Amino acid sequence: MILAEGTSEEVEGWKILVPEPQEIVWSLIFLVIFAVVFIKFILPRLNAVLDERSEKIEGGLKKAEEVQQQADQLKDEQEQELAAARQEAASIREKARADGAAIVEEAKARAEAENERILTAGRQQLSAERTTAAAQLKGEVGTLASDLASKIVGESLTDDERSRRVIDRFLDDLESSQTATR
Amino acid sequence: MPTRRPREIALNTADATPNLLAEGFEFHTPSISEFFPDAILFGGTWFEFNRVQLVRLIILVVVLTVMAVIASRAKLVPGRAQSIVEMIIEFVDHSIIENTLGMREGKKYAPMLVTMFFFILTMNLAGVIPGLNLAGTSVIGLPLLAALWTFIVYISFGIKKHGLGGYLKHETMPPGVPKPIYILLIPIEFLQLAVIRWASLTIRLLANMVAGHIMLVVFIGLTQGLLFSGSALIAVAPFSGALAIGIYGFEIFVAALQAFIFTILTAVYINMATSDEH
Repeated sequence: MILAEGTSEEVEGWKILVPEPQEIVWSLIFLVIFAVVFIKFILPRLNAVLDERSEKIEGGLKKAEEVQQQADQLKDEQEQELAAARQEAASIREKARADGAAIVEEAKARAEAENERILTAGRQQLSAERTTAAAQLKGEVGTLASDLASKIVGESLTDDERSRRVIDRFLDDLESSQTATR
Repeated sequence: MPTRRPREIALNTADATPNLLAEGFEFHTPSISEFFPDAILFGGTWFEFNRVQLVRLIILVVVLTVMAVIASRAKLVPGRAQSIVEMIIEFVDHSIIENTLGMREGKKYAPMLVTMFFFILTMNLAGVIPGLNLAGTSVIGLPLLAALWTFIVYISFGIKKHGLGGYLKHETMPPGVPKPIYILLIPIEFLQLAVIRWASLTIRLLANMVAGHIMLVVFIGLTQGLLFSGSALIAVAPFSGALAIGIYGFEIFVAALQAFIFTILTAVYINMATSDEH
């Protein structure tokens, strides 16, 4: 393409500010075509894309906010549940401790009662046995005393040697009879 | 003039005629005629098609095709090209519309303002695209029509909102001014409303693009002239070449800046016309 050399003859300076008809005609054609194509086709298409994008971004932000809200709510609920659970656990523990104490108390009481009962029974048996033994002994002492008296009477009690033997024998008898009664 | 310091030559060449300089140095002085090329087609009719229109047509076809392809393939997860386009749209939305009209009120005008920004930006950038070399906005037609588009939009929305009389009062009679001042203020404000706004939009854009083009031509032409001068001036060529590249970068910035200024002023004018009170 040739560089802008212009016409060979000089052009007067004022002409630069005064449009010629052909200049206006072509300028108008170009401007109108450009404006119509731009405003009717190019810009609506581009703006649609731009709007769609900003809408999508806004939608995304909104959704993110919603999700955040939900998450917050869930967290709150969870915390509440956790607190309730903790409280319940504490109360259960408390109850268990109280129950345990009660059980121990009861066991202790029962053991004491048993102890008492056994002791009482033992004592009763003991006293019964003692009574039986005393009665038996009383009877036996009578017999023994008569036995001894008869033996003493039967033997001469002058001789010391003899009397000692008699007593020894008596005691031996007593001892053996005592083992026999056992 | 070999005794001169090279830097001064570089700076003074634009207004010096070629024969003042060293022998063998040829420099094409740019002029206004750059912007009035010969007709390619339909010469002499109202449809005279010249190089300027060709540049505009190429930009129009390329931009619309590329944008249509990007738009029809637009996905939720953007590719690289789509990201860049979306970045520009969001720049207009946030830096221009939100700051002047507010997002709620501005939504109504957003398509127009975005279109305007893309149109002026791409037409401006034609000035730095090698091969095209001329901004589509560096001849008065496009800046003028774009400015008139702004004018029609703010006038019509203003009248729609306040009614004709109400709108004129709204724009030309700012409240809180002593009554006698209105004698002075009303004509000025009316002139501003009816002419100055769109005229200044047109001239600001046009003059920036014309000046940018001439600067580029001057420094690139100068570099070439110096480089092929066959004398000691060749040593200066790198400096002017570096300057040319610097100005080239600056022109890219200006292209974007002018598109931004044009669009934000349009938004401001619409806001002034449709706002409830000053």
